[in-house]
Parts: sequence; structure tokens; C-alpha cells
Amino acid sequence: MPEAALAARLRPARRWSRPERAELWLGALAVALLALIAGMVVFVFRQAWPSFSGNGLSWFLSGGNANTQLADIYHSPADPSHYLYALRAFPILYGTALSTGLAVAIALPFSVLCALFMVEFAPPGIARLMTPTVRFLAAVPSVVYGLIGILVLAPWINTHLVSESFKLDVKPIVPIGGGGLLLATLILTVMIAPIMIAINADALQNVPRSWLEGSAALGVNRWRTMWRIGVRTARPAIAAGVVLATARALGEAIMLAMVSGSFIFSPNPLDGLNFLLEPVQPLAATIVVNSEGLTVKPFGQTLYAFAAVLLVSSMMLSITGWVVRRPLRRQGVR
Amino acid sequence: MAAATAPAPPPPGVRTRARDSAASWPLADRVGLACCWAAGLALALVAAAIVIYMAWKGISQLSPSLLVQHPTGDVDQSKAGGFLDPIEGTLLLTLIGIALAVPIGVATALWLVEYGRPAPLARAVESSVEIIAGAPSVVLALFGLTVFSNTFFSFMSFRPTGADLAYGRSFLIAGIVMSLIALPLVVGATREALLQVPNHVREASLALGKTKAATIRRVLLPTIRPGIATGTTLGMGRIVGDTAIVILLLGNTLLTEPQEGLPGFGLLRGTGSTLTSYVYGNSPAGEGNAPEKAYAAAFVLMVIVIALNALATRLARGRDGGPAWIR
Repeated sequence: MPEAALAARLRPARRWSRPERAELWLGALAVALLALIAGMVVFVFRQAWPSFSGNGLSWFLSGGNANTQLADIYHSPADPSHYLYALRAFPILYGTALSTGLAVAIALPFSVLCALFMVEFAPPGIARLMTPTVRFLAAVPSVVYGLIGILVLAPWINTHLVSESFKLDVKPIVPIGGGGLLLATLILTVMIAPIMIAINADALQNVPRSWLEGSAALGVNRWRTMWRIGVRTARPAIAAGVVLATARALGEAIMLAMVSGSFIFSPNPLDGLNFLLEPVQPLAATIVVNSEGLTVKPFGQTLYAFAAVLLVSSMMLSITGWVVRRPLRRQGVR
Repeated sequence: MAAATAPAPPPPGVRTRARDSAASWPLADRVGLACCWAAGLALALVAAAIVIYMAWKGISQLSPSLLVQHPTGDVDQSKAGGFLDPIEGTLLLTLIGIALAVPIGVATALWLVEYGRPAPLARAVESSVEIIAGAPSVVLALFGLTVFSNTFFSFMSFRPTGADLAYGRSFLIAGIVMSLIALPLVVGATREALLQVPNHVREASLALGKTKAATIRRVLLPTIRPGIATGTTLGMGRIVGDTAIVILLLGNTLLTEPQEGLPGFGLLRGTGSTLTSYVYGNSPAGEGNAPEKAYAAAFVLMVIVIALNALATRLARGRDGGPAWIR
């Protein structure tokens, strides 16, 4: 090697020479991403602020008809000092909580049983088929679920479950078609159950073998072993699955816009079984359905208020998920 | 002889079948087992019903001409054309989204795992990725629409005459927002792959005198290629299947409509539709209301998404096998 080249090599590296430059570039990109996302969160809240401040805490309460309130906001005068913001969003929040909560409540026991079946009780031939099945159900796009709901299930519910007298009774207040809480909950359950099943099955598989064998050696039968030892050990994972599934159900917009009846209404539990047939319109669906009005400033800000509520809920869910996953890591059960 | 006809005792270590038969369990346990079977079979039944129904509807409505004809907005369904443009739109949008998400995602994951200092900053980046992973895609779409409606970004879409805002809807804009929903998947898969590379591999490379940057480029990147591929495929599946962003940000024109400008860039600035928005538009919830077309397009969409997922599963196989395909 020539002397000069050797000397060049032995010279102390410049401050941001190549290796450090790589760190700088990668770091800068990551920080830019952080800035973008933080900027997004701040932006959403700033856009949403007029709607919240215009209503105060009563934004979260009920009163009046949210459909007409939204229409009034849409048609509010062009003068910024006369913008209308009056909105009582409780029916939308209630609809979101109702559809999400019911779907998760149904999917939870179902997914635990399914996971037990996959991991322990299914004969090997069926067990091998179950994993692709769960993957398939998780992979179907939500618009396809919505299509099946609106074209197949909604007409069926409309002809077989909705009674004409009920439809006529409530016609002045709320239109009843096939789409409503029942259908929304049902399809949402099918959409979120695969997520929970996958996580539960994974956790059940990772229960230390010796714990189960210890139980079996004491003469406990297979069901009780799995129920008392397996499911109990997998509890943090089951909770994590619930969190992920709730996040997905909250964010689901298109499918719910198609099958939930698309009418802002609070289903009344006092209506008996008809309660399930009444329409709802969750937050995300409300945003999609009304997205055309974004250019009308106060209306757009109202939509951003919905988005802000969704964002806060999903962030709270992330934190909850992080908290419930901690015992998993501590136990080494993942 | 009697000793020869007696059954031989089972060799040690082999279980006999009669060890734990459900028939001897208490009633409650048997009920539990029955519920287990019922849940498992119900799940299989739902999946089978969806597959069979969609395949039957899809294949009976699908004809090769649908895949190569441009759609027309005709009310008469025999003249309404096929869905060539939505398929093009899906491909183009996926391409843009992935082209943006993969480099950024891989770089972020590399920085998080290989450098990750100062630690609080790394933690903040991690949680911000988690935030977009959890944020509903409508929220991202809404954000994108408002930001890109700013006249500063009118080069990305166009500015309607006499309007004081840019249109804010185009392939480029939808693709950028789509890259945000694919990003967490790419970051997650790349991170998992990087964490699985044993440290002695890095140390061997450093011991040979390679710099850290060279180690990343020559040793780590080739090693984690399957992980990146998994993340990419999952991200593609997510982009292809997403509807909310397309409906808000692609302008909902039935045909792909390029704007004027440089040949390639004009297309990026233009509006169009994808398979998902085509299905939505042709369902009773949209304007079109042509269920036959919606079924056919939904079938094509399902085939694409499931093929992508199968690919991701195959790529991910052999590693830890955790449910990485969920998000």
C-alpha cells in the first residue's frame, strides 16, 4: 500500500465521518417521523378545539337530535363570528360504545373457547385447518364484510326479525331497516374475534408445558387443566387481545357505515328485543359518511372533534395494552 | 400356552388411550368441552360460508371482460363496463404506499434497534409508531385531507378554478397517507427480525474492522430481508384492503383521471378509484348500487388480499411463528 494512502487511513476520522453519518441520517428520519406524528396529534386537537369549546362539557351529553344539529352546523352562516357549533354528541358516543362493547363481550368468551379448541381439544386434522381459517377471517377486507352485511344479512333481518307494527310505530322518529345494532355487532364480532383467537392461541401454546403436566400428573382432567392452568396463565395475553380487538372495532368505519343503519340514534334498552334492531352511527362511521362536508369550516371542525375522541380512545387503549402486557414479559410467557 | 396368549404389557413411555376419556369427566367439564367444539365449529362454519358465498357470487358474476374494460357510469348494468381502472388504482396506490413506507420503516427500525440513543428519544419514536398503529385510518385520512388541501400542496393535486383551497385528493396524497398505515407493520416486522439476529453476528463483523454502517448494510440488511419482506407484504395487504382513506382522499372518480403535467407526475396528481372504493360505491351504501359488479370486484379484492396474506405467512414461517400478521 502506498505511503500516502496508509497515512490517510491512519488519520483521525473527521467528526461526522461515515459511520456516525449513518446514525445521524437514520436518527433524523426517525425523528422526522416522530415530529410528523406528534404534529398530526396536535393538529387534530387544534382543529377540534372550537367544537369542544363551543359546547363545553355538554358536547358529551345528550339532548336534541344530533342529526339535525349536524345539519345545522353544515348550513351555518358563512360569517366566522356566527358559526354554529351546537352539538350533543352523546348518541354517537353511546352508539360507538354499544357496538364495540357488545362485540367485544361476545367475542371474548367465544375466542377463548376457540383458542382452547385449536390448541388442545381439536383432533390434529381439524386443528391444522383452524389456523388458516382464523387467518382468512382476519384478512378479509372490511368492505367485503360490509357488502355481505348490507346485501345478504340486512334484507334477511328486515323481513324476518323486524315486525311491521314496530316499524310503523317509530317511523316518525327513526327509520328501521335491516341495518342496526344487531347486524353491526354481529359483523364486528366476526371481524375482531380472529385477532383475539390468534393472540389467545399463541398464549395458550406458550404456557410452560411442565405446569400443565404437573396438573395432569395430579390426576386433574384435561379440561380442568386447560381451564385452571392454561387460561389463567394466559390471562394477560387475553387482556391484550381484548385491547387490540377494541382498537380495531373503534376504528372500523366503512363496514359500520354500511350496516349500522346510518342514522344517529341512541337505542333504548327499554324497547326489549327491538333495542337490537334500532340504528346507531358510531364515531368513525359518522366521519366517513359526512366527509364531504369537511370544506364547511365549523362542520369540518366538528368532524375533527370526533376524530380527536377516537384518537384519545386509541391512545388510551395503547397505554392499557402496554400495561397489561407487562406481567406477560415478567412471567416470560410473552 | 397361556403365557404366550396374554396381551403384552405396553412398553414404558407409551400412553394408553383410556387414560383420560371425556366420558369419565364431571358434567360441567363435559359441557365446557362441548362449548369448545361448538365455538371452533361455528368459526369454521362462518369462514366456510363466507368463502363459498363470495366464490359462488363472485365467479358467477365475473367474466374476463370485466377485468379489462373501463368502467362507465351507465345505469344499465350491461353497459356499465368492467373495473380495469379500479384495479389499476389499487396497484398504483399500493406501489406508492409501499415505496414510501418500506424505506422509512426499515430506516426507523434500524435506528431504533441498532442505535436507539438518546434512549428517551427512541422511546418517543417507538410510542409515536404505536400511535399511528392504533389510530383509525379515517382519522389519518381526515388529517391528510385538511393538510393537503392547503394551497402550498396544490402541486400534489390541483387547484379548482376560483377556489381558495387545493383539491387535496390525488393518488400521491392517498399514497402518502396509505404509507402511514403500512409503516407500523414494516417497522414491527423489521424490528422483530433485527432482534432475532444474534449479537455475535454483529460482533464478528465489527471484529473484522467493519464500521457499524457497513455492518448494517452488508451483514444485517441481507440477514433480515425475509423480515422486511413479511412487513412489506402485510403492509400491502393493509393498503389494498383499506377503504376509508381511498374514499376520502382519492377523489372517487370512476375512471383514473390524470391531471396535466409531466406524463408520470400528472397521473400521480390525478384522481381515480380502487377496488375497495368500487365495491363501496356499487353497494347500496354508495351511489352506484350494482350488486353484481360489487360482488365480482369484492371477489377479486378478496383473492388479492388473501394471496398477499398467504405470501406473508409463508415468508414469516420458520421464525418464532407469533401472530405477527395481525396488525
